[in-house]
Amino acid sequence: MSEEIEPVEAFRLRAREWIKANLGPMQRWDMSQHCESDEEELEAVARDRMLQRKLYDGGFAGICFPKEYGGQGLTPDHNRAFSEELSGHEYPSRFSVPTFSPCASVLLEFGTPEQKAAHLPAILKGEEVWVQLLSEPGGGSDVAGITTRATRDGDHWVLNGSKVWTSRAWWADWGLILTRTNWDVPKHRGMTVFILPLQQPGVEISRIERLNGESESCEEFFTDVRIPDSDRVGEVDAGWTIGTRWMYHERLGHNSPYVTTPVGSKGQKSHEPSVVEIARKAGRLDDPAALELIGEHRALGIVTHELQRRIGDAAASGKGNKDLSSVDRVFRGLASVRRATIAFDLAGSDASVWDENCENPTDAVGMQFLMRQVSCIGGGTTEISRNVIAERVLAMPREPSGDKGVPFRDVPKGPNRSR
Amino acid sequence: MRHVLTPDQELFQDTTARFLADRAPLSRLRKLRDDPAGYEPDYWRDGGELGWCMPLVGEDEGGGSVSGRGIVDLSLLAYEFGRHAAPGPLVDCNVVAAALSGQPGEMQQNALGEVLTGKAIAASCLGAAPWQELGKAGVTIRKDGSQLVISGSVRPVESASQASWLLVTGASDGGRTQVLVPASATGLEVRPLKSIDVTRRFGQVTFADVHVPESAIVGTFAEAEAQIAQQIRHAAVILTAESVGAMDSAFDMTVDWAFERYTFGRALASYQALKHRFADMKSWLEASHAISDAAADAVADASDTADEVCSAAKSYVGQQGVELAQDCVQLHGGIGVTYEHDLHFYLRRVTLDRLLYGTPAEHRRMIGSMQIKQDVMA
Ligand SMILES: Cc1cc2nc3c(=O)[nH]c(=O)nc-3n(C[C@H](O)[C@H](O)[C@H](O)COP(=O)(O)OP(=O)(O)OC[C@H]3O[C@@H](n4cnc5c(N)ncnc54)[C@H](O)[C@@H]3O)c2cc1C
Repeated sequence: MSEEIEPVEAFRLRAREWIKANLGPMQRWDMSQHCESDEEELEAVARDRMLQRKLYDGGFAGICFPKEYGGQGLTPDHNRAFSEELSGHEYPSRFSVPTFSPCASVLLEFGTPEQKAAHLPAILKGEEVWVQLLSEPGGGSDVAGITTRATRDGDHWVLNGSKVWTSRAWWADWGLILTRTNWDVPKHRGMTVFILPLQQPGVEISRIERLNGESESCEEFFTDVRIPDSDRVGEVDAGWTIGTRWMYHERLGHNSPYVTTPVGSKGQKSHEPSVVEIARKAGRLDDPAALELIGEHRALGIVTHELQRRIGDAAASGKGNKDLSSVDRVFRGLASVRRATIAFDLAGSDASVWDENCENPTDAVGMQFLMRQVSCIGGGTTEISRNVIAERVLAMPREPSGDKGVPFRDVPKGPNRSR
Repeated sequence: MRHVLTPDQELFQDTTARFLADRAPLSRLRKLRDDPAGYEPDYWRDGGELGWCMPLVGEDEGGGSVSGRGIVDLSLLAYEFGRHAAPGPLVDCNVVAAALSGQPGEMQQNALGEVLTGKAIAASCLGAAPWQELGKAGVTIRKDGSQLVISGSVRPVESASQASWLLVTGASDGGRTQVLVPASATGLEVRPLKSIDVTRRFGQVTFADVHVPESAIVGTFAEAEAQIAQQIRHAAVILTAESVGAMDSAFDMTVDWAFERYTFGRALASYQALKHRFADMKSWLEASHAISDAAADAVADASDTADEVCSAAKSYVGQQGVELAQDCVQLHGGIGVTYEHDLHFYLRRVTLDRLLYGTPAEHRRMIGSMQIKQDVMA
């Protein structure tokens, strides 16, 4: 006999009450995801851990995770309802992506019962923040071209190489890492996934400054790091089976049913700057051109939301092609670029400067414009998603490649790739 | 289109598709380019019998829909119209039928009965649109004793020469007014116009101080704003669903072409530069489906965001539908700009639909005003 699932609307009301009683208003650090100083960031991290624990104790952590691992065992609709109710409130933003999706989602799908029992409840309680270790200095798009190696040594593996662009690695706890374990077979057949504690000897983490001044991104160098075989996820050399699902969960990002993040009921991410406010500051509220831009900005937000819902529904009904998530990815990237440009245009020349005492310069409209392309790069580029749409949704011929059927050792590599 | 339909809706859509393929194939539409109506005699009346003009009107007045969510059913119908580039005044007949529904006057009820069954055609003369300043409206309606006087001129009006009934929107002192005018009214003149869509017909309607009795009013004098907003929502749903149908046809036909056409010893579909354009088009197409369905649902649910969602649909699909169709032309090469090829039927359809009942720019400004109003209230 399966247990009765609480109806979504009843759940929504219960969530609303709980949120009102337990969560304060949204904080600045919820909005910009990174802080002025490291001290402030670490303070925010501590607070996020505490908030995640609060959700757990309140019975609202991991809405779509199974109960046996500390989740609520509910449906994507419940998660959507909770995310909508969360709008305007503080929330543990540092847990959303990549901890819940892709990392915890991948663990849930491929982890051993021991791995799941050890990590999923800890994640839901706010004790473990995870990062994904995929991209390397030699390339990020060609994920299966990684050269960070793990070599077997008895019941352990020895890790050497480096990963890059890892957001938050400098303070995070665990990483999911894709490694090369066999160089004598074609690239897709020689990779293995491990889980890895980040803060340990042999893992050297350095920070990378982005053009807007923050340094959330990291590069990690691994020197003879020993990983017990019990921390291997999936079969040896079968890492790509996991990799494709990993990429799928990554493309879903904040739209994953495993991620809870505040969303306005019609798709406005609650941390976006109000373009009405920007136009008002610029004294352009009665300018028809500005009015049109405000309308376009809003329309794109609504369309993005409805597209996400359509693709989510198709996935849930099992009808749509699973690679349709790439359609959503491309659309979101381009819509976000356009919206950043609109905000920038509305601000006029004032976008070029900000007050010295501005709380967080990375929130400045001009700075956001400079960082505009991030939405088309992070999480896999829009070009790669376009390849996926063309080849796997529209069934067009695949791009020629220099690595098909070739032992990975012999694949041509750029000067940055280690061998 | 929607991922989930009721069996009745599926049947309705399927019947429409088969009827249109049979009665209005492109080969026939091509030959009817100079025909005054753009379709064969009886086409519209037979469509009327299939319930084309009934979805927005209740059963008590002779209307009815297959699912009980009339605007959603109508969007399925409109989608098929777009897919087949079908002729006929689907938008105006439905918009006017919905506007006349519930109106007490005898003339209004007679007109409604005729339009519902496809016996007569109705046209909407939007001579004072919500995105226009009242003082700049092309048509005015003023009181003169117990009569109303309509003056001015409006274009484009769909099926103006074929219509027996015209729902005229004009500016009055203090607001907009709508009246129902028989095409035979004295002082009313219709001049046929050429249009970009060879399958549809348009005209300019001029009112030289046309006098009608006060009983011709639809709604209340100078207080038509709310009903006009509802008519725009209905039109936005029908027009975007129709455009999505036309986009699907244009896109499918261009994907097929990309597999068949070879250059430099390779299929077009193998070039990454073109694959990426197809991928972008696919994302516009999926987004257009999503927002078009959302608009129909918002109207069906009488959601308080319906205005915003309908304007988002009208502006997004209006813009991107045309971009998609023009990209399809580009990817066809020279054959894409010939009359002989089928592609132009869909290009014409999305281009026309973009312009009717508010352009993308006009709808964006309406959303912009709503946003500012909301911001002031917050
Ligand atoms: C904000 C942000 C956060 C990130 N966080 C993480 C993280 O936490 N963990 C992690 O592992 N990575 C992370 N990344 C890295 C990200 O996944 C990569 O930057 C991305 O996949 C692209 O890889 P690359 O930078 O090596 O570019 P490259 O792969 O070198 O690509 C360069 C350019 O070539 C294009 N290109 C490449 N191959 C093709 C092709 N076959 N067809 C057409 N065009 C092609 C690309 O689209 C791009 O425009 C993050 C990136 C950003 C911006």
